[in-house]
Amino acid sequence: MEGVGINGYLGVGAVLFVCGVVCMATKRNGIGVLMGVELVLNGANVNFVAFSRFGHLGLDGQVAALFVIVMAAAEAAVALAIVLSFYNNHLTVDVDRADELRG
Amino acid sequence: MCGETAVKPRFTHMPLEQYIYTGTVLKWLLGLAWLLPLVGFAIEIFGGAWGKRLDPVAGGRKLRLAGYLAVFCIGTGFLLSLTALVVWKGGTGVALMPTAEAVSHGDHAAPDGGEHGSDDHAVDHGEHAGHDGSGDKPQQATEGDARGQSPAAEAHGHGEADAHQEGGGHEAHANDPYAAAFSGTYYELARFGNLRLTIDYYIDGLTVLMFCMVTLIATCIHIFAIGYMSDELTEDYEDHFVHLSGGRHFHRPGRFYRFFAFMSLFCFSMLGLVIAGNIFQVFVFWELVGICSYLLIGFYVERHSASTAANKAFIMNRVGDFGFLIGLMILWTYFGTFQFANVSPAGSPDAANGPGLFQMVRDSRGDLQVEETADEQVVMLQGSGSADDTSSPRSIPYWLLVAAGVGIFGGCIGKSAQFPLQPWLPDAMEGPTPVSALVHSATMVAAGVYLAGRFYPMFTPEVLLVIAYVGCITLFIGATIAIVATDIKRVLAYSTISQLGYMMLALGVGGWAAGIYHLITHAFFKSLMFLCSGSVIHGCHHEQEMTRMGGLYKKMPITCGAMLVGVVAISGLAFWIPLAGLTGLSGFYSKDAIVASSLAFMAGNPNHFLLFLVPLVTAGITAFYMFRLWFMTFAGQPRDQHVYDHAHESPRVMTTPLIILSVFAVGCAWFGVLENWILTSEPAHVAAGLTSAYHVLLTMPSHHAIHAMHHTAGTAALIAAVTGALLSAVFYWKGLVDPESVRKPFAGVHHFLVEKWEFDNLYDVMFVRPVHVVASWCTAFDKYVLDGILHLLSRLTVATSAWDRKFDETVVDGLVNLLGNTTYGVGRSLQVVQTGRLRQYVMFIVVGVLGLFVLLIMFFPRA
Repeated sequence: MEGVGINGYLGVGAVLFVCGVVCMATKRNGIGVLMGVELVLNGANVNFVAFSRFGHLGLDGQVAALFVIVMAAAEAAVALAIVLSFYNNHLTVDVDRADELRG
Repeated sequence: MCGETAVKPRFTHMPLEQYIYTGTVLKWLLGLAWLLPLVGFAIEIFGGAWGKRLDPVAGGRKLRLAGYLAVFCIGTGFLLSLTALVVWKGGTGVALMPTAEAVSHGDHAAPDGGEHGSDDHAVDHGEHAGHDGSGDKPQQATEGDARGQSPAAEAHGHGEADAHQEGGGHEAHANDPYAAAFSGTYYELARFGNLRLTIDYYIDGLTVLMFCMVTLIATCIHIFAIGYMSDELTEDYEDHFVHLSGGRHFHRPGRFYRFFAFMSLFCFSMLGLVIAGNIFQVFVFWELVGICSYLLIGFYVERHSASTAANKAFIMNRVGDFGFLIGLMILWTYFGTFQFANVSPAGSPDAANGPGLFQMVRDSRGDLQVEETADEQVVMLQGSGSADDTSSPRSIPYWLLVAAGVGIFGGCIGKSAQFPLQPWLPDAMEGPTPVSALVHSATMVAAGVYLAGRFYPMFTPEVLLVIAYVGCITLFIGATIAIVATDIKRVLAYSTISQLGYMMLALGVGGWAAGIYHLITHAFFKSLMFLCSGSVIHGCHHEQEMTRMGGLYKKMPITCGAMLVGVVAISGLAFWIPLAGLTGLSGFYSKDAIVASSLAFMAGNPNHFLLFLVPLVTAGITAFYMFRLWFMTFAGQPRDQHVYDHAHESPRVMTTPLIILSVFAVGCAWFGVLENWILTSEPAHVAAGLTSAYHVLLTMPSHHAIHAMHHTAGTAALIAAVTGALLSAVFYWKGLVDPESVRKPFAGVHHFLVEKWEFDNLYDVMFVRPVHVVASWCTAFDKYVLDGILHLLSRLTVATSAWDRKFDETVVDGLVNLLGNTTYGVGRSLQVVQTGRLRQYVMFIVVGVLGLFVLLIMFFPRA
């Protein structure tokens, strides 16, 4: 049976990645930026799984995808804590206001 | 053979247990007496500061604790010495009291305890002297009395002695000095191969005698000093002899405790010198005595004269000690030991140390064993240096033994102020008077004579001749200068020099016992006279010029009487006393013995007639200047009413020692005890006399020969002394002749004497000026050459450093700054990128990633 090939998966992954990057680059809301990050990570996950199925990675690709998911969860926890802390100090989650480390 | 009964030996070698027991007791008794002053010194010098804290009440005046402590230490030392005397006498069985026959024989002279010779002996001696010129090895005149000398041969010694008794001893005994001696080691400091550096002891009659004499006199002087130095007990002592600018005097805190600390150290050093069992140890304490005298003479260190005098005494002693060192080196090279003599019998702890110097250089009869080798004469050494080279007999060239003897005597010249090193002694009068009394009677100057006496067996006849002439010159110089001196202490100083000359002369002419005898009696009457002069100076408020005294007998009767005792004693006057016969004070007997020795010596060696005439004439001069001192100070009318009005008798703490010393100055030579005591340690070869034909023909008088001269010599000396005393009375008491009128025709001589025989000027021209000239050359060299080089070098260094600084500031600093500035600038320029805008960063990432991809594709096209 003919299914979609690797190109289909890579295309979905690329779309997800680009959406995530665009989301990160355009959103001023901190939470939105986080969502963009999640999209980028999941775009990468799609690639891992696709290469696991069609390439030579084998099971490793899927294990890597699992690691990325776990890491994304941890990263989300930390990032949300930062956002909360930022909100406490500035009563906003606008990342453009977070420019205190500028040179 | 004369009809006298057999004279028993004075004592015999004691059994081993007795030797060990007595030796141990003596060792610790005298050791304690020796170390106590050191303990006193330590407490006084470290505790001096505590004295201030102890008496807040006494108005700033310090306590006399230091003085009491010093008196306690030396006084206990005296008691220990007396105990040691009893132990020594009991342990060795020495009889100090003369035997009955000796008393009956002695007419006016000190009885001499069985030292009778006989006609036989005299003949024997004469023959011997006669055939000796044939070049035979000299033999001693005595026969049959050579007793075992080495303690190892104790049994042998007994046998000989017994045989001698059975044979009806008819000769003067060759004394065995080792029979009543104890030697051993306190502590071994180090051992370098064969060389043992040890703290030894050598205890015989002379040691015990010196201990008793030194501690007794030092105790008296310490007590006297508590009174004399009491003006140092203040916080603010005004030194009237130090003039500051503006006519003020120098003020300083009193130094009472320091004085007594130094005195204690001095006593410790002197006692250590006396108890020492080896010549190296003697040298160590010799130097300690020197440094103590330096400290005490320079006690008033702020006075220029005092500090100069201290330097002079120290430096002149160093000159003599140079000879001492040379002697030590020769002895060590050839003998391999420093020990005097090892008298420990086999079986006692110290027996294994091998024979000492005296036992090596002289055989059992006290003779030198001289052998002719191909090119020189050598003295064969008895025994061997150590147990392991018994095979090869050792020897020392004769001339080196002479050199060693002269070298060691050089040290004695310095210490005992003999010609030509005598000028330090009068200058040393700058110290406080108790110091003069201690240094110049019983201790320091006595050390030289003591060493010459102790080291007597090492001296060859040539050395003895040197000693005799040095002593002869010294005694004449000292006596003549004393005639014109007007400072009361300086008169005594010159008389000390003169009397020391007598002692050396006696040793040199073979009167060993006479020299030591005079050493002891002189110590008593000279310390007495110094203390009297101290009392006068104290009573007259530090007036020392006799020309401003006079008539003081009314003001200070005790001092006056004590001084008269001393004057009569030193002059050697005697009086006819019913029942007792002709009786003199102590000095009479000892001076008599010296003059008799020198007369006997002259009889044997007619070309050395000066050695008799000079001391005889000087005996008269001695009486003259001593009575002159007494008359000028105490008799007649006051010369200076001011001084007279303020004069007063000294407190009891000062007069009591005078009385004690007077008793000894009067009677210490009576009953012959002292002479017998000294004779127990007389070297073996002295009693029989000796004829030497090695290099110079010399005949040392025997006891018998000396004894035969006693009458003549004693009479002559007495006549000289009485003449001197009468002349003095004519000039200075009765005023029958004005001294000025005599002085005028002899102005040149007078000036010569006042200038102390020009010795100071001579040394000034001979040594001081040349040294100054050389020093000025050195200064010039230093100033112009060395300093020039140094200045050049330093300028070069400064220039180099300036250039270096410039390099450092421009190049090195410039590079570092450049680096820093660049880094800073780059940082500033990169600052622009750091906007703090998150979305912008994301764009950078995107663009960067894209860029990476582009590069990847461009440079790594698909493989």
